[in-house]
Amino acid sequence: MDLFEHQAKEIFAEYGVPVPQGRVAYTPAEARAAAEAFEAAGKPHVVVKAQVKVGGRGKAGGVKLAYGPDEAEAVASQILGMDIKGHTVHKVLVEEASDIAQEYYLSFLVDRSGRTFLSICSVQGGMEIEEVAHVNPEAVARVPIDPLDGVDLAQATEIVNAGGLPGEAVPGAAALAERLWAVFTGKDALLVEVNPMILTTDGQVRALDGKVTLDDNAAFRQDLAQYADPEAADPIEARAKEKHLNYVKLEGQVGIIGNGAGLVMSTLDVVAYAGEEFGGVRPANFLDIGGGASAEVMANGLEIVLSDPSVRSVLVNVFGGITSCDAVANGIVSAIGMLEGRGEKVRHPIVVRLDGNNAAEGRRILDAAEIPVVEQVGTMDDAARRAAELAAAATTGA
Amino acid sequence: MAIFLTGESRIIVQGITGSEGRKHGTRMLAAGSNVVGGTNPRKAGQTIELGGTELPVFGTVAEAMEATGADVSVVFVPETGTKAAVIEAVDAKIPLVIVITEGVPVHDSAEFWAYASAQGNQTRIVGPNCPGIASPGKSNAGIIPADITSEGRIGLVSKSGTLTYQMMYELGDIGFSTAVGIGGDPIIGTTHIDCLQAFQDDPETDAIVMIGEIGGDAEERAAAYIERHITKPVVAYVAGFTAPEGKTMGHAGAIISGSAGTAQAKKEALEKVGVRVGRTPSGAARLVREVMQAS
Repeated sequence: MDLFEHQAKEIFAEYGVPVPQGRVAYTPAEARAAAEAFEAAGKPHVVVKAQVKVGGRGKAGGVKLAYGPDEAEAVASQILGMDIKGHTVHKVLVEEASDIAQEYYLSFLVDRSGRTFLSICSVQGGMEIEEVAHVNPEAVARVPIDPLDGVDLAQATEIVNAGGLPGEAVPGAAALAERLWAVFTGKDALLVEVNPMILTTDGQVRALDGKVTLDDNAAFRQDLAQYADPEAADPIEARAKEKHLNYVKLEGQVGIIGNGAGLVMSTLDVVAYAGEEFGGVRPANFLDIGGGASAEVMANGLEIVLSDPSVRSVLVNVFGGITSCDAVANGIVSAIGMLEGRGEKVRHPIVVRLDGNNAAEGRRILDAAEIPVVEQVGTMDDAARRAAELAAAATTGA
Repeated sequence: MAIFLTGESRIIVQGITGSEGRKHGTRMLAAGSNVVGGTNPRKAGQTIELGGTELPVFGTVAEAMEATGADVSVVFVPETGTKAAVIEAVDAKIPLVIVITEGVPVHDSAEFWAYASAQGNQTRIVGPNCPGIASPGKSNAGIIPADITSEGRIGLVSKSGTLTYQMMYELGDIGFSTAVGIGGDPIIGTTHIDCLQAFQDDPETDAIVMIGEIGGDAEERAAAYIERHITKPVVAYVAGFTAPEGKTMGHAGAIISGSAGTAQAKKEALEKVGVRVGRTPSGAARLVREVMQAS
């Protein structure tokens, strides 16, 4: 789960990572009030920053300086409602402006290939670290962190020295790094990034920006619900989440239901390949109903997929492993029964491919049920082709 | 022979009294695996009946090993206790621990891996969030269905469970020496490379199938390893060509960030070193068939 900058900075402040003072504003009037408070505290210069979970806000015009409440209000009214790479700006962070002497980079993250954690530090901050690493690789230090030892002040000092930070910034940066590590472990983060980490003209080191990604798997010991972002979630994704379904909305016409993340990902690919022959029809979603595939889960899954107005056909692709296909077939039959019972008539064709454990019996059950919208196809490739073909026919026929 | 798991393997189940542990312990026994007991600290000294077999429950992995000679542990302990369970297995120096549990926090996986490394990696860790290992006709440790394939000479390593089953089923007539599900989490114990190396050294494996998916650079690193060390034919399949950037596709590790982790990059890296990459799972299965017929 990615956090907003202001959420990241609230966590930073809680853990003692120095950050500029700021307030979140949802309206220009609230931005004005925030700027008034800063002005009253002798800080008329503020920065108004769009709160969206995407990079490149500055270039898109989502970060602007303002002097005093009038300007802050005007700038906020420009930024609020803006679209930045498909993300609508619903709130801004109004922050005291900082006098920047230098900009650095610092992060802790998961290093998959090392099966451990990594710190990245560079004297060159304020731009994409990938770009710095590309243009000037020796300016980027990558320091592996032993999860059992963690990062104390001595290790933090090594990190910022490795990043080539100048002597006057080292004590402040090392202290910040030690606290940032506390955020990383304390919040079960997959990434904590400070870019830029700044040295102010009066010699202070602060986190001017913050990016935090939390681990959804840690929900049992972290309060992740407080960071939920209902405005941004696709409404169908939000409903799927309520039903504990692993659903991702995509831009296509063939609804997909399958079991197992890898098989569903693969199904999306096979449908997209098949769709190339039928006017560029594409998968409409990712939906993994997991190993069990009970009738209720299947019914919920079908309901979610069919509630997407762009869906023209559905492909159910199940490989019976632990669950045998007769159970899956019964699940499909009762799922459609349940939907019709709720008054939701199934109008789109449903192509079903059952394979694996007890597949013959599963196919027999579906045949015997004689559901007009259900069509069975023997292989994954052929089923994807058929579902794409039906979606294309429904699209042009509409 | 087979890799990691053989007919001689003696298996215990950590969390044998829980619903998953019971269910899959029973299935493993039915598949002919030599399951010799399990652990639950609160039920030590009791026995549990799985599908007609009475098995002892021990307080710790060390006790279970001492009493039964177990050399493999399969972990079904819930995610809240997985880290402690793996560390216990490592402390007992059991040679192989297979972590089936899904939803393990990445910090916990990083810690138990670091712990095992600090102990000199005397315990091989597979997973977490994986389906386990099947050596058809010999033993089955985990949740891979035992009756979908047969014994043969293909080695398989995969990040994905159901794609593994699909591939084992499609190539059931040719058969497998061992299939290893390594899991799709960001930090896992045994990697594609570890399995490639073991299959290369296994005289009973003639060809290797590698199933990957978006996220990370494990497939790219496997490609570099194949170029230098693998002489057996390798066929690969990569899932997630149509996955959009920044959306997690089911597995915690299956996410494209920026230009990193795309299926296309993985396919290109593999093809560059002579690995044949199938466009679909069935396409990959056809390539394996060709390779096996040629050898």
